Amino acid sequence: MDLELKKMGSVLAVRVGGEFDLQAVDYCRQEIDQKIRAEGFKDILFDLERVTFIDSSGLGVILGRYRKAREKEGKVAISNNSSRVAKILELSGITRLIPVYPSTSQALKYLARGVG
Amino acid sequence: MQLRNRMKLELLSLPENVRLARVAVAAFASEIDYNVNDLEEIKVAVSEAVSNAIIHGYQQKPDGVVKLTASLFADALEIIIEDQGKGIKELEKALETNSSSDPERMGLGFVFMRSFMDEVELTSAPGEGTTVKMSKKLPGEAQAET
Repeated sequence: MDLELKKMGSVLAVRVGGEFDLQAVDYCRQEIDQKIRAEGFKDILFDLERVTFIDSSGLGVILGRYRKAREKEGKVAISNNSSRVAKILELSGITRLIPVYPSTSQALKYLARGVG
Repeated sequence: MQLRNRMKLELLSLPENVRLARVAVAAFASEIDYNVNDLEEIKVAVSEAVSNAIIHGYQQKPDGVVKLTASLFADALEIIIEDQGKGIKELEKALETNSSSDPERMGLGFVFMRSFMDEVELTSAPGEGTTVKMSKKLPGEAQAET
């Protein structure tokens, strides 16, 4: 699994690549939470475009960050263009909570719109 | 039912073995005429069952043993994943979404297993461990039924 954390305006862009499973989650959680604590991000973009495998462990990291962001009135969006990942996102019900966009630019637009 | 092939693996309850388990089963299942989509679904189902054994069965302790048996029968692929960990007190409750004791896991494991496999059976007893038995019809068998 590769993890890249990038500041994009006021948004923390979390770019995950490879296999997002149990082996990846502890490291991911720690790195993301540490970055949020250090730089005070409220909004998070999960860029899953390079993810080749995801299961409920990976989804759990996203959902956990979503819950934390909501506590601070922040927003979370996902960018994904893989049908493989899309099926898992749909089936999990996470798409009812977190909007999914086909590109990072569209997801960033949503996050820039403010509350709503 | 006629057994055509079988693979048995014993894995320590380490997070890196979740990948090993799903890749091994996918390699075993690639002998069958499943399409890429079917193989992906099998990988997710195996990943969930092995993750549950590590997280819930062995409470993330690294010295537990997860046993995996994949059997190819004339009409279906059967996968059995066993642990000798903590076991589940209330089976019905464990099968519900949002049942997970870990707030970040949403209890989705069984949702994926049930969605991606044709049959999923869970047996468990507190203190004795958990066994997940799941099967997926072979491509021709699935078509014959529809």
